[in-house]
Amino acid sequence: MITRDDLIAFVYHEARLLDEQRFDEWLDLFAPDGRYWMPLEYGQTDRRLIASLMDDDLFLLRLRVERLKGNRTYSQKPRSRCHHLLQQPQIDGFDAESGHYRVWTAMHYVETRQDQQDLYAAWATHDLTTVDGALRIRMKRVDLVNCDAAFGSIQLFL
Amino acid sequence: MNYRDDPAALGALVRDAEVHRDVYTDPGVFTLEMERLFAHTWIYVGHDSQVPKVGDYFGTTIGAQPVLMVRHDDETVHVLYNRCPHKGTRITTETCGNTGRFFRCPYHAWSFRTDGSPAALPLPSGYQNEAFVVSQAAQGLTPVRHVQNYRGFVFAKMSDAGPGFADYFGDSLSSIDNMVDRSPAGRLEVAGGVLRYMHNCNWKMLVENQTDTCHPMVAHMSSAGTAIDLWKQAGEQNPKPMAVEIYAPFMSPYEFYEKMGIRTWDNGHGHTGVHHSIHSNYSAVPGYFDQMVAAYGEARAKAILDENRHNTIYFPNLMVKGPIQLLRLFKPLAVDRTLVESWTFRLVDAPDFLLERTLVYNRLINAPTSVVGHDDVEMYERAQEGLKANGNQWVSLHRLFEPGEAAVSVDNGTTERQMRNQYRAWARYMAVAP
Repeated sequence: MITRDDLIAFVYHEARLLDEQRFDEWLDLFAPDGRYWMPLEYGQTDRRLIASLMDDDLFLLRLRVERLKGNRTYSQKPRSRCHHLLQQPQIDGFDAESGHYRVWTAMHYVETRQDQQDLYAAWATHDLTTVDGALRIRMKRVDLVNCDAAFGSIQLFL
Repeated sequence: MNYRDDPAALGALVRDAEVHRDVYTDPGVFTLEMERLFAHTWIYVGHDSQVPKVGDYFGTTIGAQPVLMVRHDDETVHVLYNRCPHKGTRITTETCGNTGRFFRCPYHAWSFRTDGSPAALPLPSGYQNEAFVVSQAAQGLTPVRHVQNYRGFVFAKMSDAGPGFADYFGDSLSSIDNMVDRSPAGRLEVAGGVLRYMHNCNWKMLVENQTDTCHPMVAHMSSAGTAIDLWKQAGEQNPKPMAVEIYAPFMSPYEFYEKMGIRTWDNGHGHTGVHHSIHSNYSAVPGYFDQMVAAYGEARAKAILDENRHNTIYFPNLMVKGPIQLLRLFKPLAVDRTLVESWTFRLVDAPDFLLERTLVYNRLINAPTSVVGHDDVEMYERAQEGLKANGNQWVSLHRLFEPGEAAVSVDNGTTERQMRNQYRAWARYMAVAP
């Protein structure tokens, strides 16, 4: 039985796994058909014929995670670190019968590497479901406040 | 070093097969590039599908210069300096939009026709003095003098010096031709949004990288190599996921790149992928070939689609990928700062799937979140730092160098000949004082 507190705890836990760079455990939070989407346009609805900053299925997410472990991953020598500061997640959808849940979270995200520190502000929308009774991500949508700005490399995960 | 007043020193920066690091690191050289190279050559401004209707405008830059591209009453595309002749206020209010028949400055309501000519200003009796009448302010928005719309691609040359459009680009226009011909209607439209990626390095490092065929299997092993590994671990499922189809060719062996060939043209233009490229083996798109045959006949359709040029450099700062309708513009912001814009196109009357695949390519390779892009930027930024080393002040372009090489050639695909070709043009256009 999923509770509202479970949804909120899930989002906090997810951010902690990212901050602690426990990426394999983080991947386990996704449903088999789960996706991570970072739109390019403000209020974007089309993922197919409008470009996105990220639109990863589990294969592409795993590629990122495996690459981070690699010995010849030059852009991660030295490695980046990240920090999520979340506002209290708000529950926008709760349908226990169909197993569809939606949680909306405002956040500040900091990514650092060497002497460089970048701050991003974003809203995350988690569409969650249950797989074998456990909450899993069907879609994590990350809307950067300045999604249409020019960015330097963003190497980890908001 | 004061290169402005020392033409011999400026000329000595470029040798036959190496260049001095000051071309990447010296702010004075960068200023001269903006004044000379970017004024005397034809620079890509935008695509006319970005301004389809009369009054549509698009604000951008040519080198360091703010300009706008606008569709005038008579349907021609004009390029104007993007400042009010009064106080200098930028005229465009948004990056792109429609201004109607007139631009109206939001500061003091001076207004101009879309060819830049003055239309009206408030309280005109205050401007009946002779000094104003003969001033540049009275002439309206200053046009960029030389503008050419080539099959939708709008280029401009700011200076009266330098070659005409056809002389400057010559046969290199065949790459744009091939990209446009891939539309059954012979037309392209900008589509899908632009990816903008900021780089802390000199713009020329990016241009050189476009025909650097000895780096993918090294710098991109962590991304493309991992993609192949994961696909194999998953049992090489069929059909190959689009991401694998796009990433895997980056790991092709040196031999693949040697045999792909590099062609160079005069004035610094050139392309990789004379015989084949990383785009050659993408899966067929249902219905597309039939549309092409209907439009062009079978022989011509095959000839268009058999061309698989990899990256074509339109010197100085444009790269075009004909087979996937993608264009990258390397915008110089400072000697050590470059904005890369990656634009995509829809082939008019072709299946949407082609645009969809192009957008996936753009995202996987050119986005600020791209695992391929990350390693490229890392190399450029390390070079920008490493070039401070006084112990060795030269950058090597020696690979497959032959003394006295001609501008026009087809060569082994791993040659650095196109980089040398770019620097010969660079030296030529930098030598002309404004």
